[in-house]
Amino acid sequence: MARTVWDSTVGKKTVMAVSGVIMLLYLVVHLYGNLKVFFGLQEIDDYAVWLRNLGQPFMHHMWTIWLTRAVLVVAVVAHAVSAYQLSRRDIEARPSKYVHKKPRATYATRTMRWGGVILGLFIVWHILDLTTGTVHPGGFQDAHPYENIVDTFSTWYGNVIYIVAMLALGLHIRHGFWSAAQTLGVGSRTRDRALKATANVLALLLTAGFISIPVGVMTGLVS
Amino acid sequence: MKLTLRVWRQKNADADGAMSTYEVDGISPDMSFLEMLDVLNEQLILSGEEPVAFDHDCREGICGACSLVINGDAHGPERTTTCQLHMRSFKDGDTIDIEPWRAAAFPVVKDLVVDRSAFDRIIQAGGYITAPTGSAPEAHATPVPKADADFAFEHAECIGCGACVAACPNGAAMLFTSAKINHLNVLPQGAPERETRVLDMVAQMDAEGFGGCTLTGECATACPKGIPLMSITSMNKEWLRATRKAAKR
Ligand code: HEM
Ligand code: SF4
Ligand code: FES
Repeated sequence: MARTVWDSTVGKKTVMAVSGVIMLLYLVVHLYGNLKVFFGLQEIDDYAVWLRNLGQPFMHHMWTIWLTRAVLVVAVVAHAVSAYQLSRRDIEARPSKYVHKKPRATYATRTMRWGGVILGLFIVWHILDLTTGTVHPGGFQDAHPYENIVDTFSTWYGNVIYIVAMLALGLHIRHGFWSAAQTLGVGSRTRDRALKATANVLALLLTAGFISIPVGVMTGLVS
Repeated sequence: MKLTLRVWRQKNADADGAMSTYEVDGISPDMSFLEMLDVLNEQLILSGEEPVAFDHDCREGICGACSLVINGDAHGPERTTTCQLHMRSFKDGDTIDIEPWRAAAFPVVKDLVVDRSAFDRIIQAGGYITAPTGSAPEAHATPVPKADADFAFEHAECIGCGACVAACPNGAAMLFTSAKINHLNVLPQGAPERETRVLDMVAQMDAEGFGGCTLTGECATACPKGIPLMSITSMNKEWLRATRKAAKR
């Protein structure tokens, strides 16, 4: 069965849909946690410590986080590899272009490929910035997200990178969520408006929610 | 009407093609697009040039043979087949670009004619039922719920023209394949091959070198028969169901 799925254009698209939904669920929880920054240093730093001990005593310290990381890495890699292979196939299936060109499809639809590449680069930067601290401006402190977030958004490039990435994220989710519903066969004529509305609300909520954090630091609300 | 036509000319499958410019005059707004091309061809023959090759058969919008990309739109600016498109959709003095369907799986044979036999092979992979045929059976012998009958009819409208492939930025044949699968899979007559049909036809579609679906929706916009984009959703659902069932066996 795994072979049938991976070798088929329909199957590979299913892999993209499922991995996309997993990442989307993670982002909703991630945004929820991040917004604690507006309740002050104590609240979000305590939350970071709680996350590291999540599942204890059944799980050892950090195990839940590592488990989540493992699922996310599988999802990101599956999503990216499928996207790459399908895109290669799509380009080969249409080797010669029309002489008479027309602007086609919505902006969100046309930017899925480049938007995806931007998000992939962002994830790498983001982990080096706020998880490992490798490229973090100022002294990175593990389990002190409040201080780290303030440092990141006290630089102009930190703000630019995060805000651009979040705009790309909104566009990606807008087309991606609705597409996933079609790929998984749960879309229908009666559900279409609800699905499109959900995609728009999710895109808006995640983009505006994440952007509120750099804006919060810039305006001094978080400092 | 007086028109400037820019037409894709290509000697054969291996030759390089290019756009050639022609002027036609005395075109009536009541002519069909193909009749306008007939006028051009008469003109070319009289001046000793090779006429433009293009596909057509019924000229009634039912056979699916005609196939032109007109000003970047498959079958032109109206939602109909090229043979049912009339010159009143254009203005005197217009310049019209005419190109063949473009997709790796639809190689150009000559000028505006492409080879669409990839579609035939997708049909051969499962677009049929194995029930014994013969004279038409009594219609009430196999009851079909109204909703299913409507669904089957809607998809049975596909005439296999390939405009969906021509319009798709990925050269995908999802709309055609889904129309053919849905039409038979919903009916009791198509039930015995319900799983093999979707698995085999999708596999053949992939083997022919068509692209994948990015849900751009260009196919459904171009389709002269109004096959809905959601048709692909239904095919995906059938494919996932068949894959799960095959895994259990
Ligand atoms: C303004 C927006 C964002 C902020 C302020 C932010 C903040 C953070 C912080 C502080 C951490 C470290 C958490 C900890 O140490 O416990 C983190 C981890 C992470 N974030 Fe974000 N994030 C944002 C947007 C995103 C987006 C859009 C994505 C996905 C595309 C994302 C994916 C991740 C991932 C994968 C991790 C690593 C989790 C781990 O392995 O520990 N983040 N983020
Ligand atoms: S789905 Fe529409 S556009 Fe595609 S082959 Fe059938 S009739 Fe033509
Ligand atoms: S010639 Fe038959 S559909 Fe146009």
